[in-house]
Amino acid sequence: MATHATPAMNFEPGRNPGVTIPQVDPTTFYDAKGEHHPEGSTMLGFWLYLMSDCLIFAALFATYAVVGRNYAAGPSPKDLFDLPLVALNTSMLLFSSITYGFAMLEMEKGDLSRVQIWLAVTGLFGLAFVGLELYEFHHLIHEGATPQRSAFLSAFFTLVGTHGLHVSLGIVWLVTLMAQVHKRGLVPENKRRLLCLSMFWHFLDVIWIGVFTFVYLMGVLQ
Amino acid sequence: MFSNPDLQKLLFGRLTLDAVPLHEPILLITFAMVGLGGVAVLGALTYFRLWGPLWRDWFTSVDHKKIGIMYIVLALVMLLRGFADALMMRAQQAMAFGPNEGYLPPHHYDQIFTAHGVIMIFFVAMPLVTGLMNFVVPLQIGARDVAFPFLNNFSFWMTVSGAVTVMASLFVGEFARTGWLAYPPLSGPAMSPGVGVDYYIWALQIAGIGTLLSGINLIATIVKMRAPGMTMMKMPVFTWTALCTNILIVAAFPILTAVLALLSLDRYVGTHFFSNDLGGNPMMYVNLVWIWGHPEVYILILPAFGVFSEIVSTFSSKRLFGYASMVYATVVITILSYLVWLHHFFTMGSGSSVNSFFGITTMIISIPTGAKIFNWLFTMYKGRIRFEVPMLWTVGFMVTFVIGGMTGVLLAVPPADFVLHNSLFLIAHFHNVIIGGVLFGMLAGITYWFPKAFGFKLDDFWGKVSFWFWLTGFWVAFMPLYVLGLMGVTRRVQHFDDPSLQIWFIIAAFGAVLILCGIASFAITLVVSVLRREQLRDTTGDPWGGRTLEWATSSPPPDYNFAFTPVIHDHDAWWDMKKRGYARPMQGFQAIHMPKSTAAGIILGVLSIVFAFAMIWYIWWLAAFSFAAIAVVAIGHTFNYNRDFYIPADEVVRTEGQRTALLAERV
Repeated sequence: MATHATPAMNFEPGRNPGVTIPQVDPTTFYDAKGEHHPEGSTMLGFWLYLMSDCLIFAALFATYAVVGRNYAAGPSPKDLFDLPLVALNTSMLLFSSITYGFAMLEMEKGDLSRVQIWLAVTGLFGLAFVGLELYEFHHLIHEGATPQRSAFLSAFFTLVGTHGLHVSLGIVWLVTLMAQVHKRGLVPENKRRLLCLSMFWHFLDVIWIGVFTFVYLMGVLQ
Repeated sequence: MFSNPDLQKLLFGRLTLDAVPLHEPILLITFAMVGLGGVAVLGALTYFRLWGPLWRDWFTSVDHKKIGIMYIVLALVMLLRGFADALMMRAQQAMAFGPNEGYLPPHHYDQIFTAHGVIMIFFVAMPLVTGLMNFVVPLQIGARDVAFPFLNNFSFWMTVSGAVTVMASLFVGEFARTGWLAYPPLSGPAMSPGVGVDYYIWALQIAGIGTLLSGINLIATIVKMRAPGMTMMKMPVFTWTALCTNILIVAAFPILTAVLALLSLDRYVGTHFFSNDLGGNPMMYVNLVWIWGHPEVYILILPAFGVFSEIVSTFSSKRLFGYASMVYATVVITILSYLVWLHHFFTMGSGSSVNSFFGITTMIISIPTGAKIFNWLFTMYKGRIRFEVPMLWTVGFMVTFVIGGMTGVLLAVPPADFVLHNSLFLIAHFHNVIIGGVLFGMLAGITYWFPKAFGFKLDDFWGKVSFWFWLTGFWVAFMPLYVLGLMGVTRRVQHFDDPSLQIWFIIAAFGAVLILCGIASFAITLVVSVLRREQLRDTTGDPWGGRTLEWATSSPPPDYNFAFTPVIHDHDAWWDMKKRGYARPMQGFQAIHMPKSTAAGIILGVLSIVFAFAMIWYIWWLAAFSFAAIAVVAIGHTFNYNRDFYIPADEVVRTEGQRTALLAERV
């Protein structure tokens, strides 16, 4: 019984498993040519991570929704928020997303130095965002609106601060990636990593839109 | 120790020599025993020169099979700790009546029931489930490893770090006295100023990172790496339940991370999320923690359902009855598990409409679960049933779990819950489903897949002894608690006044001793099986007449699992291959692409323990230092691009040749 099954295979390697059954000979029990290379799980895995991170923000938004009006006789959003400053802050983050997009376009073209330039610009915008947020926090705390003052302020600082921490982490990652791109060029691994960071960066943008709307705009409208 | 208290505080935070419980004889004896045992193990490892192989082949390995086995070893070790806590509680409650205060003072008793719950759920049940999924899923879908092999190793070490952190609380400081979910305000800074709750928080946060990442990993593996031909509706049922469980993990654990982070902010920064003043809302914690907690119950039980499905059809030599309905039932349970969390606190006072909604959704879950029970029964119907040990566990599960399910439906009725809330009836209920469901399932799974992992079966006799002790022990230990609960006895009580209750606690303690015999018999099973391994040897790779792909390869499987990726035509793929005259490939072997081992996971795990310890004891310089070290190691790891290698074709030829020889010997 040394014979082995017919190696007739007719599926696309690396694509969706399954679905190719009609073309496969029913006496084929294994892929004798070694054509099956399941790869490219990184994007799915990273999406799953982003969704799990999204749930952390969901919990923080829910917390803000529950206790966000418990001012405990302390200051309310109307007393505290400086919308022009927040608008400036928001534009920094939105610009950084656009410039990250430019970096990705240059990556497609394979222009290493322009990728690095746009990544650097993105990082600077990110730093400006974090800097403005820190300035805002400093100002609030200086005025006595500390996280310990009321449940509203606890929830506010935690939600906005968690987002800021994510952006800071993104900047560290960006610098790391710039070093790696500098060292090895636009190899497939680096392209994949740039794509992951791109998804992370845009994800933080989307979260910020939620923060800007629900916390700042609706807070001042009340 | 230091003349300057400021300097001591700077160097050691709130850690002083008093933190080592020298005044507690029980802890001292435990410490001495653990110390001696530890020295013996370390000495043996050194004497037999096992450090090198252990490091190279296990600790740094990214092989999903080895990681799965290590998870299960961790779980079994922690089971001993968790069960020791259980015995201590049973002994205390059996004696502490009237003038007798028992041997455990309240502050110690409270730590024990907290540690028991935390350890059993997070460091026994979770690693058992994750370990089994890790070992089995890639084999069942015909893959060579998981989607992210390094991440898998890292996840494992994070789980170990969490377990080590909990264990450290036994000997340095204290553990939480709050119950296993640490409700505020009891767990807040005012009521629990000590380190106990901080141990709890950091242990769970670290282990939680591991659980979440392994969830992402296994979803990506199942979605992306199935063998060609294996459509979703051709996946083995265990893989289906693993997929649903991991979806639940990814969708539930972030909530736990968030809520524990908020609790730590209350404790470390002084925010007011869950405090009673300045706008805090303790019930928000209870809601959030159960939005994680209820799916967690199904995270544990679904893989057990999967194990039973595989075992029932294998040992009845029949196709599983109602494959599609089994899959749909699993998916429906997955979805419904998000719509029931409030039944854990009907007494919160959210009103009758809210309570009825959650009461009804809870009852609805029993429908798909009941469908599963009937599917298993119909699979057995007219089957050629072989009552081997895994099948015994399965039948024991069906009988036990149905009772647990019914008491669960009783508790789902809000007015009944107002009476039974926080009573021993509840304790009996969830032990009924967790021991009778999850634990029986995992022990069944271990017995079933043991020959696949190690190449020899577990000893039959001692396996049966263990099963019968566990089964009778469970019933004797928990039926009295149902009775006591109906009489209104509440949980977490260290001392009783009414002597008429004592007899029930004595019966329950006797049951716990029977379970102890069950655990001891299981340990004996392992030892006896290792000694008799030549008689129990499985040379075929298919000792049970299996139906799914993992039985197509050798026992234990080679590093690469399958020399050629299998092509699937049916959901009982291996059964189908055997039926239609599959012949093992003998030639044409190629080099196989595999991931490389790495030490980054264990290094990050150790650094995480240091970080947690420093945060718990307010040793800020060490916390900053270890955090920076974690960042440096993690970033440094990303600079390593050389992560894979090829197993050369002639090595594959040699491995497969050995198997051919083994198979030929048998004929």
